[in-house]
Amino acid sequence: MNVQDRPLSPHLQVYRPMLTMMMSIVHRITGSALYVGTLLLAWWLVAAATGADAFSTVQWFLGSWLGLVILFGFTWALLHHMLGGLRHLLWDTGRGFEKPTIEALARATIAGSLSLTVIVWIVGFALG
Amino acid sequence: MSLRTPLSRVRGLGAARSGTGHFMGQRLTAMANIPLAIFFVIAMISQIGASHAEVVAFIANPVVAIVFILLIASVTYHMRLGMQVVIEDYVHGELAKILAIVANTFFTIVIALASIFAILKIAFTSGAGM
Repeated sequence: MNVQDRPLSPHLQVYRPMLTMMMSIVHRITGSALYVGTLLLAWWLVAAATGADAFSTVQWFLGSWLGLVILFGFTWALLHHMLGGLRHLLWDTGRGFEKPTIEALARATIAGSLSLTVIVWIVGFALG
Repeated sequence: MSLRTPLSRVRGLGAARSGTGHFMGQRLTAMANIPLAIFFVIAMISQIGASHAEVVAFIANPVVAIVFILLIASVTYHMRLGMQVVIEDYVHGELAKILAIVANTFFTIVIALASIFAILKIAFTSGAGM
């Protein structure tokens, strides 16, 4: 049988969406978003190393409404991926696999990432 | 003929012979990323509204420069491993998969090198009136 013709196991569409499953998907999505977001960090650093003109261009972009939306999303993606990663590190030790624990960890990750994002931005606006 | 037992030859390698290194690298950089990213977020907040000269002076501080370089190194390695898994899961054509994994490696190396070069340039030249 050709490699391409091999039957595939049932995929996402046969499962009822569940919180833990959505968390797994969101972990990948935030990771991928952060991956692309490093372009912004590299641009910011290279612009700072280039000179005042290049730096003012990147600062103008980051300060625009589009830039602020991206930075807000970047902040949440980073914090969500970090808290999700902490969950994974806990699971790597063999702990926290009980169903109620998994559900609680998922909810704590969502609540934690959202509230930490808001706190970071409140602090940012208060200082900026 | 090796005298090593079959078990000792495969121990720690898994069925694919090479996945354990990937797994461990992912976890190692994940652990490193936590304090580094917390430092990064606080550092970025501290630079909101700062001028170019202030940002350059901030990055030129050896502690900031060193931690930023560690952050870039750990994050780019972590994201290369992570994206590789995503590619292996979702890109099924053999050629497309290989090209995507190559592009992933190139992208992460370019990001890492550009960022670290920028940090080093700022750190080594900011005293000379940029």
